[in-house]
Amino acid sequence: MSSVEYDLIIVGGGPAGLTAGLYAARAMLNAVLLEKGAVGGQVLLTDWVDNYPGFPEGISGFDLIDKMAAQAARFGMQTRLGAVTGMDLKGPVKRLTLEDGSELTAKSVIIATGARPKQLGVPGEVELTGKGVSYCATCDGPFYRKHEVAVVGGGNTAVEEAVYLTRFADKVTVIHRRNELRATKIIQQHAFANEKVHFLLDTQVLRVVGKDGVEGLQLRKNSGEESFLPVHGVFMLVGTAPNNEMLPLADLAADPYGFIPTDGEMRTVIPGVMAVGDIRSKAVRQVVNAAGEGAVAVLAAEAYLRQLG
Amino acid sequence: MAGDKVVHVSDSDFDAQIMKSDLPVLLDFWAPWCGPCKAIGPVIDELANEFDGKAKITKMNVDDNPATPGKFGVRAIPTLILFKGGQVVEQVTGAVGKAQLVAMINKAL
Repeated sequence: MSSVEYDLIIVGGGPAGLTAGLYAARAMLNAVLLEKGAVGGQVLLTDWVDNYPGFPEGISGFDLIDKMAAQAARFGMQTRLGAVTGMDLKGPVKRLTLEDGSELTAKSVIIATGARPKQLGVPGEVELTGKGVSYCATCDGPFYRKHEVAVVGGGNTAVEEAVYLTRFADKVTVIHRRNELRATKIIQQHAFANEKVHFLLDTQVLRVVGKDGVEGLQLRKNSGEESFLPVHGVFMLVGTAPNNEMLPLADLAADPYGFIPTDGEMRTVIPGVMAVGDIRSKAVRQVVNAAGEGAVAVLAAEAYLRQLG
Repeated sequence: MAGDKVVHVSDSDFDAQIMKSDLPVLLDFWAPWCGPCKAIGPVIDELANEFDGKAKITKMNVDDNPATPGKFGVRAIPTLILFKGGQVVEQVTGAVGKAQLVAMINKAL
């Protein structure tokens, strides 16, 4: 048998993967972190992180990632750019195929592929993405100075970003299909106190209307009546979808939504394979627990490697 | 060195650098406040090195240059537009992977 290249491969470079990289490098494991674009993950879509401990004034999503990457690099974390397209995880030698056709082998794998904003799934959405349909308020908010925009969704991200968008837009309408928001109380209070934020509850988006750019939204109240809301932009903030296209979902016993279940040590049902961060089947998706899971998973990987001898 | 082959384009030299270029041109619309734009920065640098002499890899800061993004209906960043002979060949929005960008440029060579 040819020798296995790595003790550990970490797939994904968001907060969970970077923390795993830090712990692995510091433990002097022969490990590599694979990232398809550059390190970051969904936290880069966030303007400001106010709830990661150690930063009493808060910190921007980008700066937080920059610091995490620098900290892992200080201990010599190896990274490699390239998207993983396939994984064969069941045997003692884990095989990962990259988009350029090359194959990497490892004794253990930490899956930290994360999640991405979910599409709403209405006509016009795909056609007008980048032309008024957005999934990132921080990225695209400044394009809407003095315009009116809509935010679709009722969770923390939707309500928080609606308030953020009032820095630029004259009016921000939050559209939510239920009759009350899901966002936590403190976030709701900020939004209710902001006179530029308006709410259309019990309302669904039927389609995004526009030719060369978004012109408005066709809406329907749950009671039946339809209306047209003229907006220049619409931010779809309706939840997250797992980045699982490259994963052997059946082998990993993925949950019905495509996320990966683990035990408390982050171990999946496959020996030597851990899952951490937003790809994990769980209720709370925060930077702070993603980072914690990355640390736990490396300790589980070390225990697994020891037992291999 | 990483990144020194990327050409920074402005509203004023857009025609000369892109519309009149003999080589295909990839233009990356970005801004300092955009996390995903910064995330794909290293990918853009690598493309500039790999396609040196075959395609021109360029960036435009949308904060400093409002006219060009408006002309192409860009309302989200990062948006990457591939030009050939002064025409738009393909346009993508979001922090897409390197392989997708390589394939996009290769088609235009």
